[in-house]
Amino acid sequence: MEFETVIGLEVHAELATKSKAFCGCSTQFGGEENTHCCPICTGMPGVLPVLNKKVVDFCIKAGLATNCSITPYGKQDRKNYFYPDLPKAYQISQYDLPISHDGYIDIVADGHERRVGITRIHIEEDAGKLVHDAFASGTKVDYNRCGVPLIEIVTEPDIRSSEEARVFLETLKNILMYIEVSDCKMQEGSLRCDVNLSVRPVGQKEYGTRCEMKNVNSFSAAVRSMEYEKKRQIDLILSGGTVTQETRRWDDEKGHSTVMRTKEDAQDYRYFPDPDLMPIVIDEAWVERIRKTLPELPEAKKARYVKDFALPEYDAEFITASKALAAFFDSAVDAGAQPKAASNWIMSDMSKIMNDEEILPEDIPFTGKDLADLIALIDKGTISGSIAKKVLRFMFDEEGKTPEEIVKEKGMVQISDEGAIKDLIMSVLAQNEKSVNDYKNGKKNAVGFLVGQCMKASRGKANPQLINKLLNEALENI
Amino acid sequence: MELYNLTAHEAAAFLKEKKVSSVELTKAALGRIDAVEDKVGGYITVLRDEALKDAEKADAAIAAGEGSDFTGIPMAIKDNICTEGVLTTCASKMLYNFVSPYDATVVKKLKAEKPVFLGKANMDEFAMGSTTEHSYFKKTGNPHDVTRVPGGSSGGSAAVVSADEAFIALGSDTGGSIRQPASFCGVVGMKPTYGLVSRFGLVAFASSLDQIGTLSKDVEDCAAMLNVITGHDEMDSTSLDVEYPDYKSALKNDVKGLKIGLPKEYFEAASDEVKTAVLAAAKKFEEMGAFVEECSLSKMKYALPAYYIISSAEASSNLARYDGIKYGYRTEKFDDLIDLYTKTRSEGFGEEVKRRIMLGTYALSSGYYDAYYKKAQQVRTLIKNDFDSAFETFDVLLTPTAPTAAWKIGEKITDPMQMYAADVCTVSVNIAGLPGLALPCGKDANNMPIGMQLIGKPFGETTLLRAAYTFEQNSAFKNMKPVL
Repeated sequence: MEFETVIGLEVHAELATKSKAFCGCSTQFGGEENTHCCPICTGMPGVLPVLNKKVVDFCIKAGLATNCSITPYGKQDRKNYFYPDLPKAYQISQYDLPISHDGYIDIVADGHERRVGITRIHIEEDAGKLVHDAFASGTKVDYNRCGVPLIEIVTEPDIRSSEEARVFLETLKNILMYIEVSDCKMQEGSLRCDVNLSVRPVGQKEYGTRCEMKNVNSFSAAVRSMEYEKKRQIDLILSGGTVTQETRRWDDEKGHSTVMRTKEDAQDYRYFPDPDLMPIVIDEAWVERIRKTLPELPEAKKARYVKDFALPEYDAEFITASKALAAFFDSAVDAGAQPKAASNWIMSDMSKIMNDEEILPEDIPFTGKDLADLIALIDKGTISGSIAKKVLRFMFDEEGKTPEEIVKEKGMVQISDEGAIKDLIMSVLAQNEKSVNDYKNGKKNAVGFLVGQCMKASRGKANPQLINKLLNEALENI
Repeated sequence: MELYNLTAHEAAAFLKEKKVSSVELTKAALGRIDAVEDKVGGYITVLRDEALKDAEKADAAIAAGEGSDFTGIPMAIKDNICTEGVLTTCASKMLYNFVSPYDATVVKKLKAEKPVFLGKANMDEFAMGSTTEHSYFKKTGNPHDVTRVPGGSSGGSAAVVSADEAFIALGSDTGGSIRQPASFCGVVGMKPTYGLVSRFGLVAFASSLDQIGTLSKDVEDCAAMLNVITGHDEMDSTSLDVEYPDYKSALKNDVKGLKIGLPKEYFEAASDEVKTAVLAAAKKFEEMGAFVEECSLSKMKYALPAYYIISSAEASSNLARYDGIKYGYRTEKFDDLIDLYTKTRSEGFGEEVKRRIMLGTYALSSGYYDAYYKKAQQVRTLIKNDFDSAFETFDVLLTPTAPTAAWKIGEKITDPMQMYAADVCTVSVNIAGLPGLALPCGKDANNMPIGMQLIGKPFGETTLLRAAYTFEQNSAFKNMKPVL
């Protein structure tokens, strides 16, 4: 029997607001424990929440960027449960009237297109963090993250493989970073996801029983957890068993998942509208104000690169996969670089250095204009292509220097003076009689060797085109 | 006449005329506390030294020509209103040691006036109750007969004002918790329109119903205090951003042409003695030139069940934070996290609070939400509509505050249903978010005060104050002093 996998995702993204969702505390990651909190986010008796409007702005923005409708009337609800990292014993979330709903993201994976429906995007607050101290008894709580705003993005069960899920997550992350609502730093927990997965025999219409996987901390872990869960469910069915609806905890180190809770002991969160907060009324003007702040999204940018710049699909995909890299490319083109030339430099020489030295696109130590200037130096004949590669190296190493400054400082200017090059050729020919004779005897490839010798003699600074031309003339005249 | 017998505005006038100092007023109040507090038991915390320091600061301000209505006036704060650096217990074992790290907005506003804080007043635990018998710390006696209850939940605030242990007090009202004890103790109690006074720093019982208000010796003090505590607050999303009037300018001895409705359902719920006293007050209004007519609020019978569902549901969530993790009471021995929660909450909360948490948890449970919580919210809309149509005809509604005067301590404590039924005249006002003012209008056969309730339109405080002030100036029930 052949099986089809059905996957839906719930992605939590921490919003890049300066202050928390319901108080003025900082959202900065990594402060000393319990220093970014106040009576409000630590749930002292008598405190009240006041919604940070920026949180709604960001959720609308995320909704518009994923083709969602924006609700004209939203509200916030309490999700009640006990846990030490949740000081009010309820999380302020949205139950039945999320801010954004019914959108989609198109992806290309495994060689075909797939439209993944976005069921909803709602706002909620993050919880604190338990700190288990190895050297002291008991557990402590750090409330710094408590009340940091999140959006939860819930997809339809439209994903059919772990590869599609991975591409979806990458695409979503890229969109969120483009619109600057989240920094999406997985290692800081800014982006987290829960996986819902079921299997069904190919051709069956009804969905199988699904299981939810929690504690999936990276995209690669998500893929591993999905592959594991798919196999677990198929094996279970093939051996005559049935899948039971449950929540499972993924252990990435051990490569397997264990049951967290079954449907029977599912928690009743007793959602109800938070009486401390007013309804969120979003008029058309608010939506339009946010729409105006939307930047060009990765898909549109990619299409434009292919259409306007005639970049190959692959190049466009590569550059738009990072907002910072695309911005770098755009600024190079804006500074006059020929797009394909800029793309070549980015994709070959720059990428090699960046890969080798683990430099992120946002950390490139020079500007797009610098790259454009470097390319212009080649076009003007000031330096050769091979010298340019050396200049690029210095641009990475000596931050703040323009290509012109480097070329000047290091004496890398190309020799284009015909007289000087002729002298150089004459001395090379005098020292390489054997090659000259070879040439005269019809071995035309001896020219290549002689060009190399000339370049070497000029320490790479001679204009290669001039050497070619003048060397050929000299050989004819001998 | 002793200094402590003065109303707040009389005392303020004495201060202004330099006839008396705030230190003298404060010493008089502390002396009165020493004399009667063991009988009344209205305070959980008395701030003896701090009060004298407050008084010295106030005297300095007055000497410097500063000062307003409450500068140097000794007052009490209900113990569910947060005061920085001072115990705020909500009369619960759960918060027996909780010292608030911040001031409630009303306390902040008051502090700007440089008053004297005498202490924190007793109450029913987390404001749940109608007798103040549900306090973890002590029972409060009604100053008019200390074997009787002072009402609740702001029973401590009402009792200390009635017994002249404070010149004025703040309370909170979720279903009648200011108006009912005011009536039981023979003082003036005002619950303003929902959203008029910031709830920031009021320990939540039922967020959509809670409102801070005043317990005072007369209507003028009530108006002056409203001027201080009302106003928009950015820290409270439910606070109203509207134009706030000068409430003292509403104090006019004139009700000519005022249209007063007598909703019959409220009178049907009351004892004969109470009915007679309130109808006599209605007659008095008529004599003074008001237009009085019976009317009907037919949805009133649904108010009590809707109130107990909504308030308990919100309470079950609001009180979930008391879990022994961060502050307050924590059980001594526990095996694991669940055991810590269970023991802490079983031991830290009293019977009545636990009963309401269970009621509310049930009402919000999946499968029951629609039948209870959602239905109660729909009823809430019906009750609001009922009031809206009554206010198309009338400026004010006049009703009893409670079906009877104060009963004996212990009389109803074993029967929660009977206790809940006593809230029948007050809860609808909270459900509709309206202002309600209670003031004395008679005595029963046991010589216990009877109170009437004036209900106004949203923001109708000025009309209520005018009606109450006129009645007070022309009736025999002003400032009913207990004999202690």
